[in-house]
Amino acid sequence: MDFNDTPTEAAFRAEARQWLAAHAPAHEMPQGVRLPEEEEADRGRAWMRELFDGGWSGLTFPKALGGRGLSGIEAVIFAEEEGCYHLPKGPFTSIGTGMALPVIARHGTDEQRARFIEPTLKGDMTWCQLFSEPAAGSDLAALRTRAVRADDGSGDWIVNGQKVWSSWAHLTDWGILVVRTDPTVPKHKGLTFFVVDMKTPGIETRPIRQISGASEFNETFLTDVRIPDANRLGAPGEGWACCMTVLMGERLGSGAHRSKVEPLLDYAAATPDGVGGTMLEDAAVRRQLAEALAEEQGERHFQARLRTMVSRGEDPGALAGMVKLAYASRYQKVSGLGMELRGPAAIAADPQDSFAPDLQYDYIYSTVMRIAGGADEVLRNQIAERVLGMPGEVRMDKDVPFDQLR
Amino acid sequence: MDFDLSDEQKMLAEQARGLLARRTPYDHLRHLIDSDAACDEPLWRELAEMGFLGLAIPESCGGLGLGALDCGVLSQELGRANACLPFSSSIVMAAEAIRLAGSDTQKAHWLPRLASGEVIACFAATEGPGPLFGHASTLSGGKLHGTKTPVADAGIASLAVVQVGDGLALVPLDQPGVTRTRLESFDQLRPHFALAFDGAETEVLPGTGLLPTLLDRIAVQVAFEAIGAAEACLAMGLAYVKERQVFGRPLAGYQAIKHKLADVALAIELARSNAWFAGWAADSSPQDLPAAAAAARLTALRAFELAARENLQVHGGIGYTFEANCHFYYRRERLLALNAGSKGYWADRLIAAHAATAAKAA
Repeated sequence: MDFNDTPTEAAFRAEARQWLAAHAPAHEMPQGVRLPEEEEADRGRAWMRELFDGGWSGLTFPKALGGRGLSGIEAVIFAEEEGCYHLPKGPFTSIGTGMALPVIARHGTDEQRARFIEPTLKGDMTWCQLFSEPAAGSDLAALRTRAVRADDGSGDWIVNGQKVWSSWAHLTDWGILVVRTDPTVPKHKGLTFFVVDMKTPGIETRPIRQISGASEFNETFLTDVRIPDANRLGAPGEGWACCMTVLMGERLGSGAHRSKVEPLLDYAAATPDGVGGTMLEDAAVRRQLAEALAEEQGERHFQARLRTMVSRGEDPGALAGMVKLAYASRYQKVSGLGMELRGPAAIAADPQDSFAPDLQYDYIYSTVMRIAGGADEVLRNQIAERVLGMPGEVRMDKDVPFDQLR
Repeated sequence: MDFDLSDEQKMLAEQARGLLARRTPYDHLRHLIDSDAACDEPLWRELAEMGFLGLAIPESCGGLGLGALDCGVLSQELGRANACLPFSSSIVMAAEAIRLAGSDTQKAHWLPRLASGEVIACFAATEGPGPLFGHASTLSGGKLHGTKTPVADAGIASLAVVQVGDGLALVPLDQPGVTRTRLESFDQLRPHFALAFDGAETEVLPGTGLLPTLLDRIAVQVAFEAIGAAEACLAMGLAYVKERQVFGRPLAGYQAIKHKLADVALAIELARSNAWFAGWAADSSPQDLPAAAAAARLTALRAFELAARENLQVHGGIGYTFEANCHFYYRRERLLALNAGSKGYWADRLIAAHAATAAKAA
């Protein structure tokens, strides 16, 4: 057991640090200001380009496909060093690198790889994810958006349906899309995977007004959208396997976050307890803060264990979902605790209290963390079934053709 | 970074687990309870002969000279087996206190005897209701007055390491100034005693100001012990719910049960991650030890508490019988929750450690 970098890792870290020191500051985002979304996305593209030109794109991506072919541990080191700067990173870049690229690399043809990989690594092509639907969330394979072959002999597909929760769909260039092409077979078997140009006629994105006040998620309506067969990934009916490739990336990507608990120690110390001391001296607050700190340390060390597994070529499988399950609940608990220890002032804070808006936002946003990328309940099922070997859920839809499900 | 146990540590765990599984099946534990045993003496001798007792005792003092992480691997297996042994009293607490605070002469005299199992020691701190460390006992002119209670394993021990004020003293138990009274112990496999000292002869350990560090190091071992026990509870609960049929299908198929045990599994993995780090910190990074020990302690005891309670719960009525095996852990959990510092103590230690780190960074 050794928490220090190996000589190779240390050399890589030094190289990354030096390059970042020279190139990252110019791309840093202003603190405490939310930029217009268009500008944030443009800055994200510019940073991607900088990374590409510097040779820091697609670190774990195979060399033959334009990446650097490095190990997971080097990607982690780079992410740690990159995390020292406040850079324009978000779904507008990570969906491309973390979801679209793996599925294109694994299921795409050589032609598709040539067409999509490099532009994505360069930031010239950004991506959104068109998976969930109003009636298909955790049960994604229940999706209803239909694609049928055009009757003009072109081989094109005509898509109709509605997608939801597509982050940044209004500002991205391409989407990864899963649709139903055969409703006469059981639901997982009748799906097909496409990449779609978001400027195709018939695609309309409408922002969803969220409880946070922001609208980064969209509803996306697809009406007679024509997709050339060349944009299909994998064979018709193989859409579910493609989705699994994407969702694995989502799980492993989750959870690299800064401490949410430590700032609360300062916040408690800056909050009077009404009897001459501060809330950091309150026994109940201390107990809850300590429990949250201990859990947070556990998550961080657990992630280190998973990284060690990945660096040895082992697959953490459902263990990766454990970190996300722990993190999401703690995020909600801790932001709620931060408001409690502040007292009624946390409900409507002084303009000088710059931390209160963060806590309020976290408390709202944490609800999404418990739902997106594997809801708590789905993750618990996965842990029970894949880690503990417990039986799967009773399935009413098993082996039943999709068009005969109620 | 390499965050995993070494191959040697994995072998050590396997060896200890195999031996303990053979020597101390649950029926054997029931027999020990019914015969009012103070200690599984044949097993204790066997562990001594195999070198397990001296694992973390320096080679110069008759041990194997391994570290806290290695010892943690063994503590975890002892926790899994729910063994009826004074290992935590004699090795984790008393020997560690002597190693930390003893003079060279004291170490040279006592550590080889503790490592060989020839001497068993107990660790006496609490003085009735209140915190772990009691403060009414007095030491003057080498004579100890006061009562320490409860003290685990004091019946079979011939030596006590006694906390007096902020210091530690050695007290041989076979002397006129010491009275031992056996108490009814909640953990039926770990006998407890009241130790009354009436001018007992003592020998002070010269190291001072070491109680917090000693408790950090003890907490790391207790965390490992709790994790092993929690894993045993999870395995037992899983085996039962997979077997038990209700309403035409296995109990394990119900989401209420799946989610309960998934939460136990998650709590164990967070605790294990913290315990590994704390074991590493105890050996290699002392400045990280206070926060690491506190985090390991808090998460490991939370995992064991959850595992012990939910294991009995998923067993249903059979779990309430002496013939089922849930109760060994349900009782042991309370012992581990109470014998190495309160939640409040560890909360304070963790917050203080973070505040110190923050101050250094500023």
